[in-house]
Amino acid sequence: MSDAAPSGHPGRGAPVSLPAAAGLGLKPEHFREVLATRPALGFFEIHAENYMVPGGPFHHHLERIRADYALSVHGVGLSIGGAGPLDEAHLDRLAALLDRYEPAAFSEHLAWSSHGGVFFNDLLPLPYDAATLARVCGHVEHVQERLGRRMLLENPATYVEFAAAEMSEAEFLAEVVRRTGCGLLLDVNNAYVACTNHGRDVHAYLCALPLAAVGEIHLAGFACEADSLGAPLLIDSHGAPVADAVWSLYDEALALTGPVATLLERDRDLPPFPLLLEEAQRAGVRLAARLPMTAVA
Amino acid sequence: MNAGAFAAALLDRTAPCPPGLRSWNGSAVAQRFAVYRNNFAVSLVEALADSFPVLRELVGAAFFRTLADAYVRRVPPRSPALAWYGADFPDFVAAFPAASGVPYLADVARLEYVRILAFHAADAAPLPAAALAAALRKPEQLPALRLQLHPSIAVLASPFAVVSLWAAHQGLTAIAAVDPFRPECALVARCGDSVEVTAIPSAAVRFIAALQAGAVLGEAVAQAASPSASFDPAACLGLLIGRQLLAGPAGQQGGSP
Repeated sequence: MSDAAPSGHPGRGAPVSLPAAAGLGLKPEHFREVLATRPALGFFEIHAENYMVPGGPFHHHLERIRADYALSVHGVGLSIGGAGPLDEAHLDRLAALLDRYEPAAFSEHLAWSSHGGVFFNDLLPLPYDAATLARVCGHVEHVQERLGRRMLLENPATYVEFAAAEMSEAEFLAEVVRRTGCGLLLDVNNAYVACTNHGRDVHAYLCALPLAAVGEIHLAGFACEADSLGAPLLIDSHGAPVADAVWSLYDEALALTGPVATLLERDRDLPPFPLLLEEAQRAGVRLAARLPMTAVA
Repeated sequence: MNAGAFAAALLDRTAPCPPGLRSWNGSAVAQRFAVYRNNFAVSLVEALADSFPVLRELVGAAFFRTLADAYVRRVPPRSPALAWYGADFPDFVAAFPAASGVPYLADVARLEYVRILAFHAADAAPLPAAALAAALRKPEQLPALRLQLHPSIAVLASPFAVVSLWAAHQGLTAIAAVDPFRPECALVARCGDSVEVTAIPSAAVRFIAALQAGAVLGEAVAQAASPSASFDPAACLGLLIGRQLLAGPAGQQGGSP
């Protein structure tokens, strides 16, 4: 008769940030196993758009999992870099989802995904110029106002650059963070992929990012192709284990940021859940080593 | 950046690479742009493959990819909430010349799409047994009873054996035993966390559709009846009650809640 949201979860506070521990993307394939085994993870992350449905098993499982774990909601369809205004209906759906599940973090991408009413289901690249900066800042401010919370903006994996670029990606992100007060979702794999694809020094890139604003880290695997000159062209596939080079870069990032909630992303060629858990725990061990002893629960 | 040119070139594989792109080492930007073109199409073809697994098995993975890729470019999503993407994929399949030799494909796809709708439909508490018992104690008032159905319910009438074809692809029956050209009707509804597909008589389709349209029980029975076939409302109601597909509360016509 009613599809109303749960009125509240006893004992569940509204944490202002994700715990500095390892988390996993929540996949429907793993709902039952997660509920049956209650793995030792700091949080789960969902793609917001997958839960923009009225009812059914996705919500049944998420409600139960949310009762026991911190949650991160990660949007993949807001098109923050889009040329036109933000989709208000989509923002309304997001607001309803955040009200229902009270996640500790909400993040989106420095990218565009819709144009002329068409949704491309991909994270498309932006020219880093003054006009784009103004537009992205306006959109981030609008999102934060509408959702009544600070959002995290994720650095993208890209395959092309724009001749019209007036600043580097790191400078662009630093300026968005400075102007809007949003946080940074540091995707270490994206940093590695983008720097490889564009011949950038990834260490310099990392240091130029507004690392004090990092509220979450993403780790994922990539696929390796080659451009027309034979240089590596890495594809952000989310379909492989995290590469050794990305683990090294993660260590380098943690040394600069301190322990930050870290998500292991895997969206394709899903391995059995225990293997994902093992990979997430590789991040968890690194985080625990950097936590002050008193803070270890 | 001209986002319009970028977007147009994603949709049209024959369009030139959009202007204004560069690569750090002078490598071909068209090849790099192709990564985006490919991501867009492949991710949505995969989404359709997840939503229409039986159609994919019926036509084979390679033909499905051709079919879905053509659909993605012709009818790209309009919303980032992709759960409902593919609403008119069955119509597209029906009109796709290379698929016209297998006329039941579109109805199998329709059945798969209503399964998606049922899976994500709103939740509803079942009608309490006490409320049902109370209604049955006043048989004279039954024709005026307005029943509320679970939001996940859908009915589908087809000139093809869609239920048997679907069941055969779940390993429930042998495909060799299915005559695809025998008409079948389906009741699709979520029971617990799974969506069930059940063959029902065509009169039951009319009955359930009438209830969904808000008809009281008496009217729905009248609409279900046809000169050629008898209709057993008790059997159909029994099916709905047994699967907890009546939602509470039931109200009398003109009565107050």
